Amino acid sequence: MLFVPGSNASWLSTVHVYGADTVMFDLEDSVALREKDTARILVREALMSPIWKDVEVCVRVNAIDTPFFRPDLEAIVPAGVAIVRLPMVRDADMVRELDRVLTEIEEKCGREVGSTKCMAAVESASGVVNAVQIAKASSRMVAIALAAYDYMIDMHTVRGTAADESELFYARCAVLHAARVAGIPCYDVVYSDVNDEEGFLREIGIIKRLGFDGKSLVNPRQIEPLHNAYAPTEAEVDRAKRVIEAADKAEAEGLGVVSLDGKMVDAPIVASAYRTVRLAELSGTRR
Amino acid sequence: MTETKTTETTQAAQAAPEASTTTPAPPADPAHPAELDALPAFSGWAAKMPYLRDSKAKRRRKVMRSLKEAIIRSGLTDGDTISFHHHFREGDKVILQVVSQLAELGLENLTLASSSLNNCHAGLVEYIRSGVIGRIYTSGMRGELARQISAGGLLQHPVTIHSHGGRAALMETGELKPKVAFLGVSACDEYGNANGFTGRAHCGSLGYARTDAQYAEQVILLTEQIVDYPNTPASIRQDQVDFVVEVDEVGDPSRINVGAVRNTKNPRDLLIARRAAAVMEFGGYFEDGFSMQTGSGGAATATTLYLKDRMERAGIKAAWALGGITGTLASLHEQGLVGRLLDVQSFDAGAAESLATSPAHTEISAAEYASPLAKACCVDELDMVILSALEIDLKFNVNVLTGSDGLMMGASGGHCDTAAGAKLVIVVAPLIRSRIPTVVEKVSTLITPGDNVDVLVTDYGIAVNPRSVGVAERLRAAGLKPTTIGDLYEQALKICGKPRQIERGDEIVGIVRYRDGSVIDTVRNVPSA
Repeated sequence: MLFVPGSNASWLSTVHVYGADTVMFDLEDSVALREKDTARILVREALMSPIWKDVEVCVRVNAIDTPFFRPDLEAIVPAGVAIVRLPMVRDADMVRELDRVLTEIEEKCGREVGSTKCMAAVESASGVVNAVQIAKASSRMVAIALAAYDYMIDMHTVRGTAADESELFYARCAVLHAARVAGIPCYDVVYSDVNDEEGFLREIGIIKRLGFDGKSLVNPRQIEPLHNAYAPTEAEVDRAKRVIEAADKAEAEGLGVVSLDGKMVDAPIVASAYRTVRLAELSGTRR
Repeated sequence: MTETKTTETTQAAQAAPEASTTTPAPPADPAHPAELDALPAFSGWAAKMPYLRDSKAKRRRKVMRSLKEAIIRSGLTDGDTISFHHHFREGDKVILQVVSQLAELGLENLTLASSSLNNCHAGLVEYIRSGVIGRIYTSGMRGELARQISAGGLLQHPVTIHSHGGRAALMETGELKPKVAFLGVSACDEYGNANGFTGRAHCGSLGYARTDAQYAEQVILLTEQIVDYPNTPASIRQDQVDFVVEVDEVGDPSRINVGAVRNTKNPRDLLIARRAAAVMEFGGYFEDGFSMQTGSGGAATATTLYLKDRMERAGIKAAWALGGITGTLASLHEQGLVGRLLDVQSFDAGAAESLATSPAHTEISAAEYASPLAKACCVDELDMVILSALEIDLKFNVNVLTGSDGLMMGASGGHCDTAAGAKLVIVVAPLIRSRIPTVVEKVSTLITPGDNVDVLVTDYGIAVNPRSVGVAERLRAAGLKPTTIGDLYEQALKICGKPRQIERGDEIVGIVRYRDGSVIDTVRNVPSA
């Protein structure tokens, strides 16, 4: 998920070429106070432009307790935004409030109620503790994300103190578990030092092992290394294809049990094989 | 007397075969052949070279106390041609130093022939206005100088724009005949043996300067340092140099890789570079022993970064690379992925260092590099080249000279030279630059004919020239999904709309010469500039 400042007109019209899975236009932190109106108008226009028709677009609105929250939604929901990212979510009530406002605006502008999806960004100790309720708060919820900056301040610590990133370990696990309970994807924090590719790759290693589905990115240069790290190896793809073949064969033969090389293959392994092949179709195989 | 004798000898020689078919008749006077009288008689071992009698004079005879003295001794007069190299690119300190001295000496109407001109040469405007410089030959120009010339009314004659190979050819045909070449070097010995990697200010290759040293009537070296004899290997040799002058500075090497040959972190350049590397891998010439060049421009130079991975994965090495050598290429060479480097100009300190240390990294002259009139040139053996473009049109014609404002802002460089020689020519460019499309219906200035361009790689997609048989099929088979240039053009129009035409005046301010010397295009002035 690539962050794009909503006030940057040039990026709003060109950044789709980099191949991010989701592009997030930001109306919140990357937009200066005096640019809030400009950014909102620019993002609304971008949402309606045909250049974004084939890309999943998300908009990060300003937090629920700011005066910009409602005008942000009133601009982007009628313009057809797919996903609204709500920052600074501390509890499920905030998601329910977002849901309520979205319904109101959808009804008013004639958009199908419930068609605007949302994701919550957890950025505080209370958000982490309430992650399960947040993830399950609305049927509109399609993802949950962790954001580190405010959370670090909340926890009285700083980033980068340990190579294993243990300062984020609990939060990552908690939010990830909440996502799995709710059955939605989970995205990790941004890595803001775009020139430190080594550190970026180390962090990807950590989150991939934990089970994150992806990561928020601040620069298009980070897309390719992230995709590559998540892409399956050629051997993994070959193995997955053989599992799928075996499953297809078992089904054709009416067998209840799938076996490969004399070993039984469980249903979750078949599901995982499908995921591997799909990932390879999207990201290719790992270099 | 001599004349009569010669005539008699000739007659005798002609008569001889009739007199006898087996034994030729002897010359009229074998004891005193005619040519002997025309030759000077020996008059002492140092008669012609009196300095040889004095070891100090011998060593110091070329070293002038000042640039002024060297200029006076060279016999430079009004209307002559002076030449320079641009190996220090944006860090050049020679051209303005020399021209201000020429102005002080009251010289006028000179033809300035530099291998190229950059932003740092804005100060030349003053000397054009005051009549010191009347005519310019260059590969390109940028900044204020380019703006003022493009506006019109400044120079008496249009600027001649040539390619790097074309410049060597113009010297070979004699159209460009420097009376004096002023060549800046970091160090040389008292006889003038110089290279670009001794002393302090290393520019690496002196490839363009070598052609000047070969063809100029007189060669004046401006050096920061005089070092012990012999300063070998010498790029510019003692037998070519007339005068040596010590000066404070000839160039700032840290400004070589700014501007056109910068190292990019721009994500768009990197995206294009990554795609270009893929096109190199699957375009049909990526096999062990291939050869390549990357031109200037962020995306072009960055392609090397991505090529490395692909070479390692495929287990393929390049036999040689040409250019325009970058530190990245030099590091590939050091790692054994590129066998030889042929270096006409070094784009950064890494390349200069490699030239100094690696025996398989050799310097070549502009003529060896790309002159169509040389008895052979390196570009003819290239497999692949990555080139930039300011504009590329629906017929794949490329402009690297004039910008979207109509002003000259780039350089012909080795663009048309390498495009003519290489088997697979890949042009890299963003589809849109600050809301102006790069893909256009027709280029505003033609530098490289579309017949020589195979593939265009942009951030919005890859287009293959329909003339390039098999390339599109190979890219498609590799999953690269090439499109047509017409489609890219439409995409750009959809985003930007069609830009208004630049209003031009009637004055021709630039004549673009193709590498063979022919006129391929002209540039008219932009009065609003």
